[in-house]
Amino acid sequence: MKFEYAPAPESRAIVDIKPSYGLFVNGEFVDGHGKSFKTISPSTEEVLAEIAEADEADVDAAVKAARRAYARVWSKMSGAERGKYLFRIARIIQERSREFAVLESIDNGKPIKESRDVDVPLVAAHFFYYAGWADKLSYAGLGSDPQPLGVAGQVIPWNFPLLMLAWKIAPALACGNTVVLKPAETTPLTALLFAEVCQQADLPPGVVNIVTGAGETGRALVSHPDVDKVAFTGSTEVGRAIAKAVAGTEKKVTLELGGKAANIVFDDAPVDQAVEGIVNGIFFNQGHVCCAGSRLLVQESVAEEVLDRLKRRMKTLRVGDPLDKNTDIGAINSGEQLAKIRALSEIAESEGAERWSPPCELPSNGFWFAPTIFTGVSQAHRIAREEVFGPVLSVLTFRTPKEAVEKANNTPFGLSAGVWTDKGSRILWMASQLRAGVVWSNTFNRFDPASPFGGYKESGYGREGGRHGLEGYVR
Amino acid sequence: MTTLSSTASSLAEATSSDSALRRFLHGLPGVDQVGAEQRVATLGTRSIKTTAKQQAIDLAIRMVDLTTLEGNDTPGKVRTLAAKAQRPDPTDPTCPATAAVCVYPDMVGIAKQALGSSGVKVAAVATAFPSGRAAMDVKLADTRDAVEAGADEIDMVIDRGAFLSGRYLEVFEEIVAVREACGSAHLKVIFETGELQTYDNVRRASWLAMLAGAHFIKTSTGKVQPAATLPVTLVMLEAVRDFREATGQMIGVKPAGGIRTSKDAIKYLVMVNEVAGEDWLDPDWFRFGASTLLNDLLMQRNKMKTGHYWGPDYVTLD
Repeated sequence: MKFEYAPAPESRAIVDIKPSYGLFVNGEFVDGHGKSFKTISPSTEEVLAEIAEADEADVDAAVKAARRAYARVWSKMSGAERGKYLFRIARIIQERSREFAVLESIDNGKPIKESRDVDVPLVAAHFFYYAGWADKLSYAGLGSDPQPLGVAGQVIPWNFPLLMLAWKIAPALACGNTVVLKPAETTPLTALLFAEVCQQADLPPGVVNIVTGAGETGRALVSHPDVDKVAFTGSTEVGRAIAKAVAGTEKKVTLELGGKAANIVFDDAPVDQAVEGIVNGIFFNQGHVCCAGSRLLVQESVAEEVLDRLKRRMKTLRVGDPLDKNTDIGAINSGEQLAKIRALSEIAESEGAERWSPPCELPSNGFWFAPTIFTGVSQAHRIAREEVFGPVLSVLTFRTPKEAVEKANNTPFGLSAGVWTDKGSRILWMASQLRAGVVWSNTFNRFDPASPFGGYKESGYGREGGRHGLEGYVR
Repeated sequence: MTTLSSTASSLAEATSSDSALRRFLHGLPGVDQVGAEQRVATLGTRSIKTTAKQQAIDLAIRMVDLTTLEGNDTPGKVRTLAAKAQRPDPTDPTCPATAAVCVYPDMVGIAKQALGSSGVKVAAVATAFPSGRAAMDVKLADTRDAVEAGADEIDMVIDRGAFLSGRYLEVFEEIVAVREACGSAHLKVIFETGELQTYDNVRRASWLAMLAGAHFIKTSTGKVQPAATLPVTLVMLEAVRDFREATGQMIGVKPAGGIRTSKDAIKYLVMVNEVAGEDWLDPDWFRFGASTLLNDLLMQRNKMKTGHYWGPDYVTLD
């Protein structure tokens, strides 16, 4: 019998999107002086709001506000008091979690089940976690009396807008820094809603400032002379430019950049769970994940079987309306990103890789890309080397554990990796050989605020999350 | 991890000796507990509303094996149950009948008589249910009794002691013998997964029973806790799916015990749909062994129809 799931849309009524938004500086919303821009819903291309663009003067005002708040209030406050504010923010986020989830799905295009069950709970968890550290910094192994750096300039990407904000703001504030944060130009809305949360929590003005805009705004922020710390998550290309811009200054930098993770499946793997892990590794959040398992390395002896099972599983993925509670894969975040995914996929085909997608109907409006796998891929193909940042998986094979390690490490990136085997000793051996910041075994894309995250090589430097995440914000 | 590519002939070889059978069952891909439970939790977030919910509730009613397996069962109790199975909601002729009534062997005749030609089947538990601790000839006699009394389906229990001590061929041969004793009646093989405990054991028991000729594989007797769970049923659904891939033959699945609400039943149906596929969404291939579930399905059904809940006095207590 055919079992058609009736539409189960999450109501939009809970969010109140204003026609236009200003910048959040010194505890208040103010007009920007740059040219304003529009943020759209990537699933429908509907214009959601007009967003102010911060020019150099606006960024300067925000940094000044942050400096003032740092010098007069935040750096003087006891850790226990700072912790109270962070706990309060965490609780408000939990209380308003549905609002955040719906808004995130509208502005970003990700399925509501992910924003509701993954993003927003993790955001609250991060604030709770770092709230707990605020009065225990002397016991973090960072010296007997670690001191804050000052003003942090933070630039975050569009793939996990609110979660990346939490990764940046929570440790910075816990350590006693104040921040100026720039959300991505395609996904500013949840950061602006977070600004309201700061007001609701009575956070002292200037401790958190949010400036919206695109590349120019980001450049103005990271190169501002009064910024003591730059934290960036995004592409390796922009990360490189930031590293150059701050070279020779006193600024401390952490960069969390691209990835091309290997998800390695051995012949003794728990196969059904491995297939789930492959799907979760690359199709979670439309593959807009820097640690996505975008290269499947499967042992040759079981490659055919794993692929058959993967294809069968992919046929059950539900692509469509991000607000439908049964949607597994939502919209690509922007037309620009869609063009990049398409271009790399076409190159893969022209280089001889075989393309496969399950039959799936894509909506006519908005930006969509069907879940796709490429087989017959070798290390030399561009699709196996470059970050696609979309729902596209390259399938490669290996014969021995040593070969798996060589292939997995043969990339300029090194953010994450996955190992699937029933053999505990092999998991440990692989983990010690893989040059990747995170190695998941028999799971993928699992996050916890207590666990540090970051890359080797061109995937960046510094760690976020856990006790290690404090290091980037103290001296 | 080579079962899928196995052909029917190599499957026959797998049961040629105790050591061959052990090699085969232990060569099946392992089940990662955390991953399996995570998959179930994710499927559990599916939101089944409006028309889909109506469809699911009616299907679930049609899949119920309405069960009474108590020491104090009487002919009167069985007749009441049979009446309920044929017309679960006497006020609404559009309400479908359940798949079967499930009783002890000595009640088969009564049930058969009460159900007549209604199409509702009679299932009987046999083979020294629920423990299965009896001599082989007793178990076979128990089965034959039930079949002779008119049972359409036999729910047997495996010898968990033999399974856990690794005497797989013994379990296999027992199932083969019971299947033979069933004649034309369908055979459901109960694993009592609460006693097998690990998912690896559940997967092995599933393949063992399918190789031995089970028509259905069933989780539990309902007498041991935990009875049916979603992850156990997930592993069994994966097994029947893989078995069909390897042999072309379809086997049914029956979770039994502990499924009490419509919400639970719908979670099972979502899992059947997305793991085994829509072919299994049929009372011939998926059943719920349950007693209290039916009333909750009826209350939800009425709620969907009229917009308000029935008080508990509007459904019959049988």
